[in-house]
Amino acid sequence: MIRWILVVILALGIAGTAFWGYQEHQDKNEILIQAENTYQRAFHELNYHMDMLHDEIGTVLAMNSDKRLSPQMVEIWRLTSEASSNVGQLPLGLLPFNKTEELLSNIGDFTYRTAVRNLDDKPLTDEEMQTLEKLYTQSGDIKDELRQVQHIAMDNNLRWMDVQLAIANEDEQTDNSIIDGLKTVEKSVEGFSETNVNNSLIGGGASLEDHRYELILTSDDVSEQQALKISQKLFNTTDEKGITITESGDGANIPLYSTSYHNDKKNAYMDLTKQGGHPITLLVDRPVNDKKISLNEGSKKAKKYVDDLEFQSMELFQSSEYGNIGAYSFLFNQDGVRVYSDAIELKVALDNGEILGLTAKNYLMNHKERKIETPAISETEAREYVNPNVDIQEHFLAIIDNDFGEEVLTHEFLGVLGNETYRIFINAMDGVEEKVEKLGGTEVNYQSRL
Amino acid sequence: MKNKTVSLLFIMGCLLVIGFGSIYQPNTSKAFSPQVIQQGAVGDDVIELQARLQYLGFYNGKIDGVFGWGTYWGLRNFQYEFGLEIDGLAGQTTKDKLVKASKYDEAFVKEQIAQGRKFTHYGGVEKEKQAAPTTTPKKETGANKTAPTTNVTSVNVPQGFSQNDIQLMANAVYGEARGEPYEGQVAVAAVILNRVESASFPNTVAGVIFEPRAFTAVADGQIWLTPNERAREAVIDAINGWDPSANALYYFNPDTATSGWIWSRPQIKQIGKHIFCK
Repeated sequence: MIRWILVVILALGIAGTAFWGYQEHQDKNEILIQAENTYQRAFHELNYHMDMLHDEIGTVLAMNSDKRLSPQMVEIWRLTSEASSNVGQLPLGLLPFNKTEELLSNIGDFTYRTAVRNLDDKPLTDEEMQTLEKLYTQSGDIKDELRQVQHIAMDNNLRWMDVQLAIANEDEQTDNSIIDGLKTVEKSVEGFSETNVNNSLIGGGASLEDHRYELILTSDDVSEQQALKISQKLFNTTDEKGITITESGDGANIPLYSTSYHNDKKNAYMDLTKQGGHPITLLVDRPVNDKKISLNEGSKKAKKYVDDLEFQSMELFQSSEYGNIGAYSFLFNQDGVRVYSDAIELKVALDNGEILGLTAKNYLMNHKERKIETPAISETEAREYVNPNVDIQEHFLAIIDNDFGEEVLTHEFLGVLGNETYRIFINAMDGVEEKVEKLGGTEVNYQSRL
Repeated sequence: MKNKTVSLLFIMGCLLVIGFGSIYQPNTSKAFSPQVIQQGAVGDDVIELQARLQYLGFYNGKIDGVFGWGTYWGLRNFQYEFGLEIDGLAGQTTKDKLVKASKYDEAFVKEQIAQGRKFTHYGGVEKEKQAAPTTTPKKETGANKTAPTTNVTSVNVPQGFSQNDIQLMANAVYGEARGEPYEGQVAVAAVILNRVESASFPNTVAGVIFEPRAFTAVADGQIWLTPNERAREAVIDAINGWDPSANALYYFNPDTATSGWIWSRPQIKQIGKHIFCK
């Protein structure tokens, strides 16, 4: 009897221990994942901040007015502090990472000094511009190497926890690409200059208070039946029964119908506004075969589609090829002035020219009747406000949202400085340098460098 | 009267010449394919365009097969110098002019690209001087993906994003919504971007994704599954402006959601298994 009781107690004890052990194991795993996530976040943010830093310094090089220079310096200074804090969070204690930190502190010191000084009285000297150019090149090199490491790390699913272990047991030689990669970051390697700019112009600030969907507010509601008809046309199908329709809930900014359609060849999805029945998002999902038509032919299909939908006087602004898909963006053009906030994007399959997607959110949100005044400053006068080192190539008149979210009429200049292209906006009324943007859009394919 | 005959003859002569010209055109530029090449294009035609522009000294960038800004300005300056219409498009006339004015050593260029060397293609410079010696021999690790079938060495990325940012977002989207319809994946990517924009969330993509307790796929490690091409495409669409979530900041799966709080958010719509809300 007693023996049986003992057996039961022992069995319970063992089961309990096993359970407890398992729980501990789970907890440990969870904490490991948490710690890993913190490291990952710091590392990816470091990459992002270095990218931004490089671009913001590049932007300073193309700036002319001191009024914009001070806030820009403050921005760079902020970014250096963010980036150093990211470096500080990484488990790099035993790795020599001095050079990156040194560069960050150099940039930080330089921008702090210039930001607090009155640039009207004491503008940047030639020497300081040279320093800035040097910092620009160096930050570019380091950024590129970091991006390469990031690519390797993601491609091979490397973990920072492993790095930490590898650093801790130094006698154990393991293949650790992150460590190797970070060591090469420290070697100054000749870099490439590609680019990235954070705030995109299109869509402006998109703060909902300023953009009130004026276009559709006055329109009448369309019924579900009508919405189905429109969907049927845009999905390019005769099968009205196959389309499902739902209405948006309370959280939506404007009431929407969402429709979707499936057949064996494709899935299609669309949002359209209840008022006026305007398509706002269209997505067609199907496998795209090999490229048969050029980006240029695709742009003609896209243009025709936009015209057919009765979006008037839209002009092609940008085009890009992603795999076998062409992505296009169109801007509204009013009497030769392009309006950045009224943008429409389209996706075209380059195998047969079918439209794979449309988004008119920015257009519907921002479009309204505008009275455009005549510029008080001529193009020639506006050129005087642009940094003389920038070689101006193209000129447009454009309406953009400035830093305060107001729409302003500007002279837009596209120019080249060094190997980079910049977009510079000069206010057409008072000559203020409203925005300077470094243009990118292409990047070295890291995969091809492995 | 006589004058008229002469001018008529002249016009006919011109027409004849033009006629012959157009008949012979395909021969002179059979190097390029017939497409009109415009900014944003990718591929062998762009490599040839860049190489030919560089031969004439209009393009100083890398010959990488992506029609970016450098190529655009090079082409426009070429059109300006040669008295063509300056539109930044490589159409038939421009291509013919270019082929006539420059040489293109396709074998040399493609070989350099395949070897991964740095090289240039300027006219009047010996080839030996244009190619840098290979510094790092290509690593032949087993992990290497299938050999690249393309000569293009760069990629288009949306303004303001790196391939790595896209990759990271694709990881998150795949981990969170791999079983969802395509529009549901775009919507999840759009929520990440809406959060970056929003004042109450971190200001970077990495910050939003790795914010503690924000995404279940991050908390349980599913984010490290390898994403498929579809998830990447969804991310690029979201970056390019598509937002099927209609400005949502949150989403949840009603079958598995454990927090009562999430039900109190104003809902926008449901896509697949996810309810999107503000």
